[in-house]
Amino acid sequence: MSFKSPLEGIDEQFEMIQILNEDGEIVNEDAVPDLSDDDLVELMRRMVYTRVLDQRSIALNRQGRLGFYAPTAGQEASQLGTHFALEKEDFLLPAYRDVPQLIWHGLPLYQAFLFSRGHYHGNQMPEDVNALSPQIIIGAQITQAAGVALGLKRRGKKNVAITYTGDGGASQGDFYEGMNFAGAYQAPAIFVVQNNQFAISVPVEKQSAAKTIAQKAAAVGVPGYLVDGMDVLAVYQVTKEARERAINGEGPTLIETMTYRYGPHTMAGDDPTRYRTEDMDDQWEKRDPLVRFRKYLESKDLWSEEKENEVIEAAKEEIKAAIKKADSQDKQKVTDLISLMHEELPYNLQEQMEEYKEKESK
Amino acid sequence: MAQMTMIQAITDALRTELKNDENVLVFGEDVGQNGGVFRATEGLQEEFGEERVFDTPLAESGIIGTAVGLSTQGFRPVPEIQFFGFVYEAMDAVSGQAARMRYRSGGRWHAPMTIRSPFGGGVHTPELHADSLEGLMAQQPGLKVVIPSNPYDAKGLLISSIRDNDPVIFLEHMKLYRSFREEVPEEEFTVDLGKAKVKREGKDITFIAYGAMVHSALKAAEELEKENIDAEVIDLRTVSPIDIETIIESVKKTNRAVVIQEAQKQAGIAASVVSEIQERAILHLEAPVLRVAAPDTVYPFSQAEEVWLPNYEDIVEKAKQSINF
Repeated sequence: MSFKSPLEGIDEQFEMIQILNEDGEIVNEDAVPDLSDDDLVELMRRMVYTRVLDQRSIALNRQGRLGFYAPTAGQEASQLGTHFALEKEDFLLPAYRDVPQLIWHGLPLYQAFLFSRGHYHGNQMPEDVNALSPQIIIGAQITQAAGVALGLKRRGKKNVAITYTGDGGASQGDFYEGMNFAGAYQAPAIFVVQNNQFAISVPVEKQSAAKTIAQKAAAVGVPGYLVDGMDVLAVYQVTKEARERAINGEGPTLIETMTYRYGPHTMAGDDPTRYRTEDMDDQWEKRDPLVRFRKYLESKDLWSEEKENEVIEAAKEEIKAAIKKADSQDKQKVTDLISLMHEELPYNLQEQMEEYKEKESK
Repeated sequence: MAQMTMIQAITDALRTELKNDENVLVFGEDVGQNGGVFRATEGLQEEFGEERVFDTPLAESGIIGTAVGLSTQGFRPVPEIQFFGFVYEAMDAVSGQAARMRYRSGGRWHAPMTIRSPFGGGVHTPELHADSLEGLMAQQPGLKVVIPSNPYDAKGLLISSIRDNDPVIFLEHMKLYRSFREEVPEEEFTVDLGKAKVKREGKDITFIAYGAMVHSALKAAEELEKENIDAEVIDLRTVSPIDIETIIESVKKTNRAVVIQEAQKQAGIAASVVSEIQERAILHLEAPVLRVAAPDTVYPFSQAEEVWLPNYEDIVEKAKQSINF
């Protein structure tokens, strides 16, 4: 005899959740989130602002006024929809592309620019911002999120740890370990995989034989959801429900958001025309999260071109001011870097501190 | 005072800190109900509960990553890596993450964790249990690396490590766990990190050792005494940062030094001790600073440990080389 494959029927269990279709129409009435008109407008404002931020960041990077930058255009619904479901006290563990969530969680814009340039002050989260700075080691944030979530649980807080990675990141050992730990401890964690179809040049099909990343949650015994990552309402609602379960002691959730980055992987010389077709770009542009949410809000008389232009102008002004503030930040000295290493400096750093103090005083 | 083995002194230090600070959490593979594979955490879960002392899934990177996360919530994690040969699984979490936490966040976050782990040869363990990998850790800015050689130091250094607000790697030599007992105060006390100890005063040559090699160095010193060679033996106790002052003071007195480690010659930390001595005391040297270390091969198959591991005879030989230079 031959046994039935456990994979049979698995794809149907991870069907993509959508609330708003590409034309901005509600396709899943029962799932529409309970958001006020003000909330809906605020969500749109944040998405537009973040699109402008991406465009300006790319321009500023090209002018040499920013350093490391990982474009975000296309992922606004995925990034901001998940973030909008959080509370201020929730703990954020972003990956390198997740600067927008940090900004909306409270990191001042000029500090985000300092992070890009490579200045330690960019990473000094304000006291009321519960977040780590963007993680460069793909997967490290996942095991750390399990620890943060376990900590929140042990402290009896009604809060969650949320962390992000990409489709490539789901191939890392730490991705599996982090989710497995959180599952074993039933810790309040939300793991978001933003499947933007490519890990630099490698398409998601080459990462795994699994048809979805969401189903990887089954390996560790936690619920996994596949969501239309270009649909901000669906992303918000699925995250909101994951948060509810987490703070009610029901453990972690994996959320895969199906999304796309319109730009290159980073601004460090990646050229997407080498691995992406125009056809593919066109297809995903039709699914633009801003276009469909704009249509939805316009149909409810909540949004207009005028409002959008106000947001765009305000964003540009704030970005200009933030860059100026970043420019005025004191240059880093070796003595600063030494002083950040330990609470009490060991002898070697004490010696080097003296050495560099003298150099810097010349 | 009580007579304790090193393992009992370690358990005692853990108990002391679990009692003193409710933020201290002890976790790892089999450290809970089982009390650890070496009984280092024996009875702690029973005394302090599963919230404070708990088992983890079998995944070293997950263990240390979890510890990093817990530290953001004000906890003081004391995770265990069952054998230090398994640290490769967690190298990013240790060196790429925990060690850099304070610096990368500009001081906003820090990782007050102590990673305990057994290592060391002479007890015929299977592959990748006994390897001396302290050299890897010592090269990572942001970490302190502590290696006690006796029960008294083990307790005092472990309490200091746990109280330190930055990450400490606390390496426990398996051969020393139960090899002898000594008087250890039952009350709490600390031994400063970064401070060596002169275990035997001498005037002819300085031996700088750590871990199990401290005992080999002391035995070598006894042998040399028969030939009227008076060796001073320094136990580093902390191998990163090293206690330069104590080393240089001794070398200036004896004018000769041998640095002794169990690790391979290309590994360990002996080379950096030699460099420090030549930078700071070259005009006081009557002979080159020599090293006793293992051959630069992979750690031996267990039956070959005896011929491979450095021992007191190797130290005697190097000492004579130095004296007769």
